[in-house]
Amino acid sequence: MQKQFKTVKDIVGPLAFVELPEGEKVTYEELVIITLSDGEERLGKVLEANKGLAVVQLFESPQGIATDGAKARFLGHTFELGVSEDMLGRTFNGRGVPIDGGPAIIAEKKLDINGNPMNPTSREMPDDFIQTGISTIDSLNTLVRGQKLPIFSGSGLPHNKLAAQIARQATVQGKDGGNFAIVFAAMGVPFEEAQYFINEFKKTGAIENSVLFINTADNPVIERIATPRLALTAAEYLAFEKGMHVLVIYTDVTNYCEALREVSAARKEVPGRGGFPGYMYTDLATLYERAGRIQGKEGSVTQIPVMTMPNDDKTHPIIDLTGYITEGQIVLGRDLHKKGIYPPVAVLPSLSRLMGKGQGEGKTREDHSGLIGQLFAAYAYGLEMRELAVILGESSLSETDQSYLKFADEFEKVFVNQGETNRDIKDSLNHGWDLLKILPRTELKRVKKDLVDKYMK
Amino acid sequence: MTDKPSRTGTIIKVAGPLVVATGMKNAKMFEVARIGDERLVGEIIRLNGDEAAIQVYEETAGIGPGEPVELTGDTMTVDLGPGLLTSIYDGIQRPLSAIEKEVGPFITRGVEVKALDRDKKWDLKAVAKAGDKVTGGDVLGTVQETTLIEHKVMVPPHISGKLKEITGGKFTIEDVFAKIEDEDGKTHDIIMLQKWPIRIPRPIQEKKVPNMPLKTGGRSIDTFFTLAKGGAAAIPGPFGAGKTVTQQSLAKFCDAQIIVYIGCGERGNEMTEVLVEFPHLEDPNTGEPLMKRTILIANTSNMPVAAREASVYTGITIAEYYRDMGYDIALMADSTSRWAEAMREMGGRLEEMPGEEGYPAYLASKIAAFYERAGYVDCLGSDNREGTLSVIGAVSPPGGDFSEPVTQNTLRVTKTFWGLDSKLAYARHYPAINWLTSYTLYADNIEGYLKKEVAEDFPLLRNEAMDLLQKEAKLEELVRLVGADSLSNAEQLLLLVAKSLREDFLFQNAFDPEDARTPIRKQYLMLKTILTIAHAAEDLLDKENFEIDDLKKLEVLQEVARVKEIPADDEAAFEKLMGRVQKDISALA
Repeated sequence: MQKQFKTVKDIVGPLAFVELPEGEKVTYEELVIITLSDGEERLGKVLEANKGLAVVQLFESPQGIATDGAKARFLGHTFELGVSEDMLGRTFNGRGVPIDGGPAIIAEKKLDINGNPMNPTSREMPDDFIQTGISTIDSLNTLVRGQKLPIFSGSGLPHNKLAAQIARQATVQGKDGGNFAIVFAAMGVPFEEAQYFINEFKKTGAIENSVLFINTADNPVIERIATPRLALTAAEYLAFEKGMHVLVIYTDVTNYCEALREVSAARKEVPGRGGFPGYMYTDLATLYERAGRIQGKEGSVTQIPVMTMPNDDKTHPIIDLTGYITEGQIVLGRDLHKKGIYPPVAVLPSLSRLMGKGQGEGKTREDHSGLIGQLFAAYAYGLEMRELAVILGESSLSETDQSYLKFADEFEKVFVNQGETNRDIKDSLNHGWDLLKILPRTELKRVKKDLVDKYMK
Repeated sequence: MTDKPSRTGTIIKVAGPLVVATGMKNAKMFEVARIGDERLVGEIIRLNGDEAAIQVYEETAGIGPGEPVELTGDTMTVDLGPGLLTSIYDGIQRPLSAIEKEVGPFITRGVEVKALDRDKKWDLKAVAKAGDKVTGGDVLGTVQETTLIEHKVMVPPHISGKLKEITGGKFTIEDVFAKIEDEDGKTHDIIMLQKWPIRIPRPIQEKKVPNMPLKTGGRSIDTFFTLAKGGAAAIPGPFGAGKTVTQQSLAKFCDAQIIVYIGCGERGNEMTEVLVEFPHLEDPNTGEPLMKRTILIANTSNMPVAAREASVYTGITIAEYYRDMGYDIALMADSTSRWAEAMREMGGRLEEMPGEEGYPAYLASKIAAFYERAGYVDCLGSDNREGTLSVIGAVSPPGGDFSEPVTQNTLRVTKTFWGLDSKLAYARHYPAINWLTSYTLYADNIEGYLKKEVAEDFPLLRNEAMDLLQKEAKLEELVRLVGADSLSNAEQLLLLVAKSLREDFLFQNAFDPEDARTPIRKQYLMLKTILTIAHAAEDLLDKENFEIDDLKKLEVLQEVARVKEIPADDEAAFEKLMGRVQKDISALA
């Protein structure tokens, strides 16, 4: 049942206050269409349902809405996305409307874009290794199917290039590569960045297996709040109803959070850190937690959200809250980038919490976890020595310490700096062993002796 | 749910998890209400004349003004009785496996399932006899709940009198198996099922001062920053520092008899990991699957926020119930910051005046009251049972900044502090417990126990090692300025031993089945072996022909570095190694 009311009372930023006649009922999260006097329509949802008054959050610009003459129509249901397999290869805007000139999608079913929380007892533990072809990820921060692993980057760093490389290389690999899909969502990024991804996907043919949701910087800000949810709804449908392994890449979460702040400020809510709403943790969790696998189902949803750290600050609320929800993070380092190293993955602050599940005999190789423990420890110590060498001079370091210094340099030059090549996991591990030869054998305490004998040739 | 006449009101406002209803004159604070046509579960948190504010434990999308609100007359309670162990519940004690059966892998709303199976028959052995005088807490009978745990069926706390009749045999938790006549001549039917309001601590006889360590198998924790049984610990740290891994290790290896693990606003996959792993892991104390001593509360970060607020109370009430039986319980809450944030979110929606960083002004008192439910107690009942409830709360400070309100308020009430450090985590030094900032205030309480049960000189060695580590930190600064070569022999020796303490003792791999758990006696032997280096070299330092570099090159030091590989029961091997360290070092000058 649709109800239409004339009384749009106030408009404050992205919020519209709609008066309701006595006895009329609207519900929380219900979808609203506001029709302007010239017939143009704007989409919104109910943020607060009061007796006699509904607070409506507009997904589109409030520009041109007059309190006089605008009509609000309540649709009686929440924001839904019509899904079908025909979405593959198509491009949509941030509200789920096709923008590639193709026909409308004939929906197989309509799904609430907010989804429902996955029952922890129904989840299957993610443990299938995904080879991305990037040494610093495959070996040191192993990604598995069903994981959520964000990229923490900064302005001017090549996070898009890295994300596109992962998408390209991860799709080619694997025994069921054909059953692989990419869902991509752009939130408030410049046109060129969005176009970069589209071109990349076209170039490699991945576009056939991709669903794209594009909200560029000049599109409505508030639309961004719906965009990732549309993407994840499509991903869940493809994964759990069509049995596909879906990789969801969405960029840039920082823009998304700023949109959240804008709505919160317009509602005059008590702000939390940095002016962001107190419920931002919960809100982000409703995105990130939609990654996973389900027992007895074929597909999986793996997420790589991309976000730029304002001022490279890892303690910024957006980055901080994300780190508490996601299963690790890939951090890009500006100093590495300046040295011309690509991909500039800062190895020490990066982490994959689920990597233990994807490593070892039968998945990668038996020496994997021991080897990388040693690499981490040696690189960390090498960096300390580098600092010390700056103060004291390299010659004042002991012979062993100098070998660590050399190790750290070579590690960055050879292991991290692989360029756009696609490295097999075994290749990555062998590179690691090669580098350890720089150190005295007695220093290899973190890895079992028989493995050293077997693999360090 | 109740036999009282149902009373209803009408919704006038819906904003996220907060619903305001009118016509609620008869409502009581913290009464449970059913909201809307879908009968969602909610709890009344504010009364304002005719209006009531209700926090709703389920997603409120699609609910609107005009829909009914029904009062149930009950406050928020949990079901207590056999069948709790091995279960996994959401924040308001709905079993997640039953929800899965009913609605599939995604949790929808308005699911009504009972916390405990009402049809299952348990084999009850009567312990008390008809004619006995019994009071609240007395054990009437026992049920073998799992192969590990004997469930004690107790007289509910506020009932006492003469046991009129009692029968053993097969009963469901709702079958009457005993009758008690109180002093006023009123007869109470006793069933195994008890209900208890989650926000009220279960009564005890009296609290005592904790004096035994909770043995966790973690070297850093057991040796240096011990938690006492019945104590409370806080474990704050930035993301990636290993809070969850530490909590899970504790749940696996600590010597409590029952574990209650609350995943409060954390990751879904983490709960799944526990669910997948625990049935296959052996309890180190009994050899049985760990799951048989475990109860899980999982309210993950994307599940409704109000239920997250309730989840810690649900968990601790269940823990208290088993404590009342005389067991040692360890409760892990991961993470209490999410609980505090849930309070902040509700406070904000209620338009309360915010305190520090937007948290409600009552944050401190709520945190204090929660940790105060831990303790070493004389249980209710006439047989002088003792039980302990240890609480370990993870804290997730924004940006890893420990000066924020949740961390600070927690530190004021917990006596053990395991501060996790991102620098250590980056260098993959796990557990990343910073030995310079962490502390325990139980050291004096448990000293007697350690001297008696482990070794007379254990506390002494512990203090010596800690002293070395503190001195090392100061020396490190000096080394940064002048280089290691300009240090004296004594200082270089100190650095050498401290490094060994860090790398060979404190560093512990939670994923290595051998290394993950070290019995406390072995910890003592390891520590003693490492310190033998210092003791043996001390006398040589002043001798003229002694070169510290010769000491550094000694072969036997490589063996000390692998001291953790010596089996725990092979004490002779430790003695032998210590002897060799002593001999080889003495031979240097």
